[in-house]
Amino acid sequence: MADMTHAADRRDLAWWVDRAMQVLVLAGGLSAIVFIAGIFVFITREGAGFVFDRLDFREFFFSPRWTPTSSHNPTYGALALIAGTASVTGLAMVVSVPFSLGAAIYIGEFATGRVRETLKVLVELLAAIPSVVWGFIGLSIMNPLIIQVFDVPVGLNVLNSGIILGLMAAPIMTTIAEDALKAVPDTYREAAEAMGATRWQVTFRVVLPAARNGLVAATLLGVGRGFGETMAVLMASGHSINLPTSPFDSVRALTATIAAELGETAAGSDHYQALFTLGIFLFLVTFAINFAADVFVRGGRRKYRRRGRRPAASANP
Amino acid sequence: MSTAAPPSADSDCAIDVVDLAIRYHGQLALSGVTLQVPTHEIFGVIGPANSGKTSFLRAINRMDLLTAGMEVSGSVRVEGRDVRSWRNPYALRQRIGVVFPLPVGLPMTIYENVALSSRLRGTRNKADLDVIVERCLRRAALWDEVKDRLDSLGSLLSGGQQQRLTIARALSQDPSILLLDEFSIAVDPVTTMRIEEVLAELKSEMTIVLVTNLVQQARRLASQTAFFLTGELVEVTETETMFEGGAKDPRTTAYVEGKFG
Repeated sequence: MADMTHAADRRDLAWWVDRAMQVLVLAGGLSAIVFIAGIFVFITREGAGFVFDRLDFREFFFSPRWTPTSSHNPTYGALALIAGTASVTGLAMVVSVPFSLGAAIYIGEFATGRVRETLKVLVELLAAIPSVVWGFIGLSIMNPLIIQVFDVPVGLNVLNSGIILGLMAAPIMTTIAEDALKAVPDTYREAAEAMGATRWQVTFRVVLPAARNGLVAATLLGVGRGFGETMAVLMASGHSINLPTSPFDSVRALTATIAAELGETAAGSDHYQALFTLGIFLFLVTFAINFAADVFVRGGRRKYRRRGRRPAASANP
Repeated sequence: MSTAAPPSADSDCAIDVVDLAIRYHGQLALSGVTLQVPTHEIFGVIGPANSGKTSFLRAINRMDLLTAGMEVSGSVRVEGRDVRSWRNPYALRQRIGVVFPLPVGLPMTIYENVALSSRLRGTRNKADLDVIVERCLRRAALWDEVKDRLDSLGSLLSGGQQQRLTIARALSQDPSILLLDEFSIAVDPVTTMRIEEVLAELKSEMTIVLVTNLVQQARRLASQTAFFLTGELVEVTETETMFEGGAKDPRTTAYVEGKFG
């Protein structure tokens, strides 16, 4: 009897390891939040003085005049930069959504065996190509190609950077979209197939609707990627301040502006703080996009699964 | 009182199986199956796990086409024609309704679950679909429980309701053959009894193959019963005979008496 009480109270190695690991993963999880919050605090602090004291919001959002280095009258209109980023990202989505969705559907629903595995590896490999390499392709291949094909004077423009960015974003979007398709239980496919649905009918009527939220999330993450991408856009967009009226106009992106100008400014100057203001804006937009993507993914999970995830065990000793 | 003689392979035979063997990745899962399923009867298939019952069903509606590594040899004739000679296997599957062990409410509304088959075949008229949906849900004994919420998700119904939804969906195909694979595994006893009543009525319109893990269910419903054991068809016998000690093989008697399995 005494022995049994002892066994019930004895905290053995497994108990202590469990405890230690709980603390460790908690620290890991908290650190992610701390870092994000730290970054936000940092860029906000660097840009805050400017945002609250000198920033003219009407100028920032509605003026295309970004002339921070003008000696007598510096202006900080970000409209052209926002339009540049938006136009490039928009075109990139037009390019990448059909490609990535098609690739994901092929890999997830139609390809089998070795073809499927090979394609998955290739797509993941594509996702790992550094953005500067994409920028290089934009500069040295797309640029002369666009000049030649469309007979325009400059090939570094919305079209060039949109295509480059679209191709860049496509692999990661494909991977996420394919994950969304894979999350649709096979029992759904089998049930529809047993009814005599063709492969395409199964995909179109059952799998795509079931995976809709994940697919939207994939697209949103692609948009986020486009918004935040710097180097490839800097190299392929022409980097000139412009409100684009055609795909052949050169533009300048928010990110590229920060990358190109921050090194030239005096820390704490208006220009420096204005660049951080752009950073805050970018941060908020990408945060909103990622948040929306997350909401969509969760919505998808909740909708189709009766049984949710097993709740995490409480840490009661 | 019926005799134990198996029916001959004539036009009264909905499914005619000769020397069927099924392999997965070269490994034999089922072999030497020769049997006839008579039209408009409930044909029971019993046997312990891994006896090849589900594989048998999968060969009938050509799910081997969708299963990597599954090979079928021998012949399965549905309505007098070898299933592998159907050049459009989708048309074959439309003629055969399938109910799986675990209910599958597709992630769409209850209405769409039942309307899907007709939509796949090109029916667009809402009034036509309404009629089909109501009729099939009524026949599956589900209408009264869901008629006020046809627009809610089918995947959110309870297990027993989802299984009846699955049956309604299978009926919406207007099948000539209905394959049921251990449909009562995830269904409560009361619902099971209701579904059994439905099946007893349905047999006047279609041929039903009832694979079941409950031998008493086969006894209640099937006119003939096949006993599968470890990838082999032991025997096909009139159900009453089989359950009253008249089985040809002692293993069958032992199984139906609950001595193993």
